[in-house]
Amino acid sequence: MYRYTDFDAAFVAERNAQFRAQVERRIDGSLTEDEFKPLRLMNGLYLQLHAYMLRVAIPYGTLSSAQMRQLAYIAERWDKGYGHFTTRQNIQFNWPQLRDVPDMLDALAEVQMHAIQTSGNTIRNVTADHFAGAAADEIADPRPVAELIRQWSTDHPEFQFLPRKFKIAVTGSPNDRAVTKAHDIGLRMVRNDAGEPGFEVIVGGGLGRTPMIGKVVRDFLPEADLLPYLEAVVSVWNLLGRRDNKYKSRIKITVHEHGIDDIRARVEERFALLRPAFIGVDQQLFAQIKPDFAPPAFKDRDTAPFDQAYSNDPVFRSWADTNLSAHRAPGHAIAQISLKAHGATPGDATADQMRVMADLAERYGYDELRISHEQNVVLPHVHKADLPAIHAALKAAGLATANIGKISDIIACPGMDYCALATARSIPIAQEIATRFDQLKLEHEVGDLKIKISGCINACGHHHVGHIGILGLDRAGVENYQITLGGDHTETAAIGQRTGPGFSADEIVPAIERIVDTYLSERDSADEAFIDTFRRVGMTPFKTALYGESDKKQKAA
Amino acid sequence: MPAIFTPKVITANALLEGDVVYLTQDDTWSRHLKDADVLTDEADAQIRLIDASARTSEVVGVYLADVSADAKGPKPTHFREAFRMRGPSNYPHGKQSEVF
Ligand code: SF4
Repeated sequence: MYRYTDFDAAFVAERNAQFRAQVERRIDGSLTEDEFKPLRLMNGLYLQLHAYMLRVAIPYGTLSSAQMRQLAYIAERWDKGYGHFTTRQNIQFNWPQLRDVPDMLDALAEVQMHAIQTSGNTIRNVTADHFAGAAADEIADPRPVAELIRQWSTDHPEFQFLPRKFKIAVTGSPNDRAVTKAHDIGLRMVRNDAGEPGFEVIVGGGLGRTPMIGKVVRDFLPEADLLPYLEAVVSVWNLLGRRDNKYKSRIKITVHEHGIDDIRARVEERFALLRPAFIGVDQQLFAQIKPDFAPPAFKDRDTAPFDQAYSNDPVFRSWADTNLSAHRAPGHAIAQISLKAHGATPGDATADQMRVMADLAERYGYDELRISHEQNVVLPHVHKADLPAIHAALKAAGLATANIGKISDIIACPGMDYCALATARSIPIAQEIATRFDQLKLEHEVGDLKIKISGCINACGHHHVGHIGILGLDRAGVENYQITLGGDHTETAAIGQRTGPGFSADEIVPAIERIVDTYLSERDSADEAFIDTFRRVGMTPFKTALYGESDKKQKAA
Repeated sequence: MPAIFTPKVITANALLEGDVVYLTQDDTWSRHLKDADVLTDEADAQIRLIDASARTSEVVGVYLADVSADAKGPKPTHFREAFRMRGPSNYPHGKQSEVF
């Protein structure tokens, strides 16, 4: 894992000391809120509906057990005993008091964490495949690249006042688990015909008000050219980006307005100028970073305990079938810990649960944890022989829900239960859907199905790329939920299509049930997943199920 | 004809704790909507808003929120204000227990 250098530690300590003084000056009245607000946002501190909220960066979703334990400590000491893991692989504390925040930041710095650049018009926390360094399908670990980008972008003088926020995601696998096509820049690690490592560079993706699937701006960028090329992209947008209209300021609009060919030409021109200025320091840095992410020394052991539990214990078997993924090392697995117990708040973990997960990582998981953008926790490296013990410990902590990728593994943003920007709630909708399908005992019959819920058009809940997307709106003072179908967050990314008029809070769960029933009756076999059935049969049967025949006839007429 | 002025309360978030507060008749901040001064005159509401907004060492984000008022006191007319009054729906971490 990457460790702070003395420079990093001093930088964070200085920022924290500055912020402590700024908080004091705000409280004693020498700073107004207008002066203070940009300062607190630079340090990840928001004011939400009921309280302040501190957003802490978890770079590329990677945590050590000591860091997870410190998050538990912070949750207990200064919050209400829990934390909320987000779709940006961050953690949010929902109830800090202003006076305590400098202490919370110091506590984070003790474990090499901070909240810098989790807000504002800067390059945000770089996200990566949560299976990085572990996945069987991986070409290379994307995290050294993510760390290189993090170091280059943090406090980069040219990029502190961008037209808008800027998000970069990196994946090292052909199977895209990092939603690279919905980021300002998505990087896919590839190899060219000569076998040399490089990147496919995707720009202009994004969700929100105007969802766009990113476009390939460079098929193959040699690895050594990464930073000058990224700098070229960001600086082209920094000049062209619409600062006059915040709805048009993201790079997706710039790409849309100018066209990908024009953007490509400008980027290449700028890149040609910048390239010589990068004299190899970046490559030295990259070489220094890489060993921090060296894979652990995987042990070769007998998997008999796993095989035995798998054949004898149906609860374990169900969990193993659902929550484990293929690992690159023999005898190992990637285990996902669901933070989606039926009826619970998606992405929330109590301090006790955080400590259980930290202990398991330390004891069985080479001291590593990951946060997925799907708001679950991952033990990326575990030996199969240890899985029965891991499962038992998770079960005792209420963390053994066997639902990864299933209908109750719902992404939900905080919505109007917390978020000041929300137009409707999302958490209760997620809770009700999960509870309902658990009652119906249909979850495993339905199979892979991603529901994603956002409480406003900003789309933090990724609803556009959910197989079923739900968007909460305010329609004349009443919560109303719009449904989209057919979204896809993977390498075959697609934006979902709207079914039609939205549903009230009371109607939305029955509406989702009708969609699922339609899928079950339309699928050609139990092997055909929801998204494949939708692609084959199209919107019509789902529309009919939602709105009845008459609506269809009216539309056809 | 000018639009009819719907009753309003002045609300904000407390600077130190961040929680929702309402302006009372004697210009203190209360955590409870029931204590809020219901403003029925537009000119009066605007002046009270300007004065309250100036109290930046106590509160953040001062604004007027619509309410309906009867003998039992003010009630939020929009669901957002109802949630602000009660707290989140997933945990009893807000004011739920105190309100009812
Ligand atoms: S989607 Fe909207 S409601 Fe949900 S967290 Fe983002 S800004 Fe808030």
